[in-house]
Amino acid sequence: MYNFEYHKPASVADAAALIGKAEDGKLMAGGMTLLPTLKQRLAQPSDLIDLGGLADLVGIKREGNAVVIGAMTTHGAVAASAEVKQAIPGLAQLASWIGDPAVRNRGTLGGSICNNDPAADYPGAVVALGATVTTNQRTIAGEDFFTGMFETALEEGEIVQSVSFPIPEKATYEKFRNPASRYAIVGAFVAKGPNGVRVAITGAGPTVFRWKEAEAALAANFSPSAIEGLKHPADGLNGDIHASAEYRAHLVGVMTKRAVAAAG
Amino acid sequence: MNAQPETGIGASVRRREDFRFLTGRGNYTDDINRPGQLHAWIVRSPHAHATIEAIDKAPALAVPGVVAVFTGADMVKAGVGSLPCGWLINSRDGSPMIEPPHIPLSPERVRHVGDQVAVVIAETREQARDGAEQLVVTYGELPAIISMTEAIKPGAPLIWDQAPQNSCYDWEFGDRAGVEAAFKGAHHVARLELVNNRLVPNAMEPRAAIGDFDRGTGEYTLYTTSQNPHVIRLLMGAYVLNIPESKLRVVAPDVGGGFGSKIFHYAEEAIVTWAAGKLHKPVKWTADRSESFMSDAHGRDHVTVVELALDKDGKFLALHEKTLANMGAYLSTFSTCIPTILHSTLLAGVYTTPVIYAEVRAVFTNTVPVDAYRGAGRPETTFLLERIVDIAADEMGIDPVELRRRNFIPKDAFPYQTPVALQYDSGDYFTTLEMATKAADYAGFEARRAEAARRGKYRGIGVSSYIEACGIAPSQVVGALGGRAGLYESAEVRVHPTGSVTVFTGTHSHGQGHETTFAQLVSDLLQVPMESVEIVHGDTNKVAFGMGTYGSRSLAVGGMAIMKAVEKVVNKGKKIAAHLLEASEADIEYKDGKFQVAGTDKAKAFGEIALTAYVPHNYPMETLEPGLDESAFYDPKNFTFPSGTHICEVEVDPDTGVTEIVNFVAADDFGRIINPMIVDGQVHGGIAQGIGQALLEGCIYDQQSGQLLTGSYMDYCMPRADDLVSFKVETHNVPAVDNALGVKGCGEAGAIGSPPAVINAIVDALSSLGVRHVEMPATPHRLWQIINEKRAAKAA
Repeated sequence: MYNFEYHKPASVADAAALIGKAEDGKLMAGGMTLLPTLKQRLAQPSDLIDLGGLADLVGIKREGNAVVIGAMTTHGAVAASAEVKQAIPGLAQLASWIGDPAVRNRGTLGGSICNNDPAADYPGAVVALGATVTTNQRTIAGEDFFTGMFETALEEGEIVQSVSFPIPEKATYEKFRNPASRYAIVGAFVAKGPNGVRVAITGAGPTVFRWKEAEAALAANFSPSAIEGLKHPADGLNGDIHASAEYRAHLVGVMTKRAVAAAG
Repeated sequence: MNAQPETGIGASVRRREDFRFLTGRGNYTDDINRPGQLHAWIVRSPHAHATIEAIDKAPALAVPGVVAVFTGADMVKAGVGSLPCGWLINSRDGSPMIEPPHIPLSPERVRHVGDQVAVVIAETREQARDGAEQLVVTYGELPAIISMTEAIKPGAPLIWDQAPQNSCYDWEFGDRAGVEAAFKGAHHVARLELVNNRLVPNAMEPRAAIGDFDRGTGEYTLYTTSQNPHVIRLLMGAYVLNIPESKLRVVAPDVGGGFGSKIFHYAEEAIVTWAAGKLHKPVKWTADRSESFMSDAHGRDHVTVVELALDKDGKFLALHEKTLANMGAYLSTFSTCIPTILHSTLLAGVYTTPVIYAEVRAVFTNTVPVDAYRGAGRPETTFLLERIVDIAADEMGIDPVELRRRNFIPKDAFPYQTPVALQYDSGDYFTTLEMATKAADYAGFEARRAEAARRGKYRGIGVSSYIEACGIAPSQVVGALGGRAGLYESAEVRVHPTGSVTVFTGTHSHGQGHETTFAQLVSDLLQVPMESVEIVHGDTNKVAFGMGTYGSRSLAVGGMAIMKAVEKVVNKGKKIAAHLLEASEADIEYKDGKFQVAGTDKAKAFGEIALTAYVPHNYPMETLEPGLDESAFYDPKNFTFPSGTHICEVEVDPDTGVTEIVNFVAADDFGRIINPMIVDGQVHGGIAQGIGQALLEGCIYDQQSGQLLTGSYMDYCMPRADDLVSFKVETHNVPAVDNALGVKGCGEAGAIGSPPAVINAIVDALSSLGVRHVEMPATPHRLWQIINEKRAAKAA
């Protein structure tokens, strides 16, 4: 790890000011990706701004027809939340499948979506549920938030404060894990709700995407049989030593079907 | 014997070492810090194959805290020698294997990603790393050779100029003419090409080493993560650094797993010891996990063609193996004997195959050196044998269990001389097979297959009947086969004046539980409470000599040395007792912890005899020395031969290619067992590793660049609890004949027997699709591709 200036601001405004001032600053939420990167000397920020002191960004609350989750809420807290389990059980399930207990007790919703790892789980839920991301500057529609591999719509100095998930009629997540890392090779989040039917796929491509053919078929008939013959093309999907693009394309179909079946 | 049934031989005593391990009180090499210690960071090659054009040390030396930078050129100039190879293999034409030099820091040229180029030594580890980043190494990239089949092609780039076609040796073994004749007359010949996948050992504790030098005495000390500190002292002292044993101490304290990877003498051990001598300060190096991946010797990596000839009744007539064995870029300490002496000598398996012929070519590639890994040669043998037996069974329409039974060596045939040098002393393959088939409900399998098919799953069952050779090894046999060492073991049993006992063993425990098993053994043999017996290992200044722990040898060889030393203690005790009791020595018997005049109630307790030995006021001083401290060396008469049958049952999900292990049964013969719980633990761990090889683990290099693609746990898949099933393990133990304890060894059997059971089960599951073989690891991706292709071919 290289040396850096460490800051632990007490407010979002202070954090924004610090990141604005820093030459090459980095915001740290749970640090589950950033810390290993630093330890391996793959990043050399001038300043590390630890958001761990921002109590305002922690918490889960019901606001009308939505569940609002603070950016610094851990995966473990989401997985264990009675509110989430009752309103959006598929989201609690997703959180309970991230990493291992140590990661779930440190890693956060905000950290996950801002890093936008192609194999992360949360982006699927944000897109499929039609969530809204609130930052210190504006609100961003979930679908517009993820712009590319490890890229988001966030501007310099913009800090995610919370994510508002509209409560769906049904929502389930199925995940095919990389045998080694246990990250998603393909994750399928299927939701039926105020925004109609949405199918969001993570792991398979450079960033989360909607499988609109499946959405259309499921909108007409929300059952696994509706997408039986449907094949997602392999073009543009990721391929690596664990899974070719063709295998990923196939798994998009399998995981979507399983998610629909689980939704009942 | 069995004076203390609750702690003696056969009792499942809890491991006494576990308390300190589980409470964080172990003392591992990285826990040790010496006064004034410096830290080393090894600069490793980013290229698979390159010349070292120039190294500019100045920017590294300018980094704060950096004390020294050494390169291969510095080592060569100082006369540092080559890391030696411990086993000479001759090619079929009689020429010796090609033995390239292996200087701890590579001068002139690098030959694999991770190869040691330089060492930067600084006051802190981070400073050493800072310095390493500033070191300017100019490389001249050369084409990399990763695949063995490419490496042996005429005209392929050479990794070593002295090794044409990158061949280390081209070895043959067995009866070529006999095998050719048998194949001509055979009713059926089964043939299979297969790969034994390369594995990364992944001990939980990464390697570490601290070199220390005492300017007052001129004595060097090396603290290292080793399975055999005396072997390291011998190899490093005599071959690499020219330090006499009397001036070199090697300490291998608590070691967190080895699986073979910590047998070998590694460059870093020599680097820190040499640097400590140069700098007159202790120098510490601890690998991070990335370094472990690219510098610990890897395992397996064979490409094989196997052929089995059978008569019309399915009797095996002859076996032929032709293998390419990957050596990597350098010869690791025991690399050369693994695919030959420890591999082809097991080709008879548990079968009466009368003639066998093996051809093994060892190949250099631009990869990490390959050496022994749990099972070391025998998993490779078992995999090819148990796969070809299943192929033959399928092709001849004979049930695989029945085909095995028809060819087993009969119970009354022992000692059984195989056609491949080994003589099996004992065994009962039929009983372990029956136990396993019963426990697995082999007879009822087809109903389960049909039920799974209704759920859309392919279900299969696979059998593997293995044998292995443990307890290495009779030194004269080893010498005749090219081994450059003796493979005896030593022990010292030191009885203290008040009757407690310290046992010094030349074996080394790094997860096996020796501190418990050996204490049970001594407690039982010496008839003293287990609590009064301490086991000491891992320090050349404490233990007189030792060859270490590998090849499941510790009990069969090290335990026998302990037994011999205990016998000497008892015999001396009888002499003392005879004097004290005014009886003839011949009339003294040792029973229940007492030296007793036979047929009388005249007796002296063990403690009284111990005290007399050290307070010899009333003592036969003219004929007997004081003290009660005896040592023994034991050289085994023969290998030992654990055997058994593993049965695996799987379900394959055709939608995803995922294999679920639904049942795993092992029935083993380990000879006499000291601690059944520890044996169970060894078997469970071995099976987990074997399933890891079969389903999950595979070391992958980029074929062009030679970069290690599976260089972390993000990509290299280790078995986890939820990948496995609760194993059913049982034993039917036929005592070994060739050692007095009757023990055989159990450390590697799980990893040897299980991979073919898993693959046979998967092939059986997919047999309706016409699948004949599946390579390891049988990942979901691989199985999905196979299922997809076979289904498409069927549909076409």
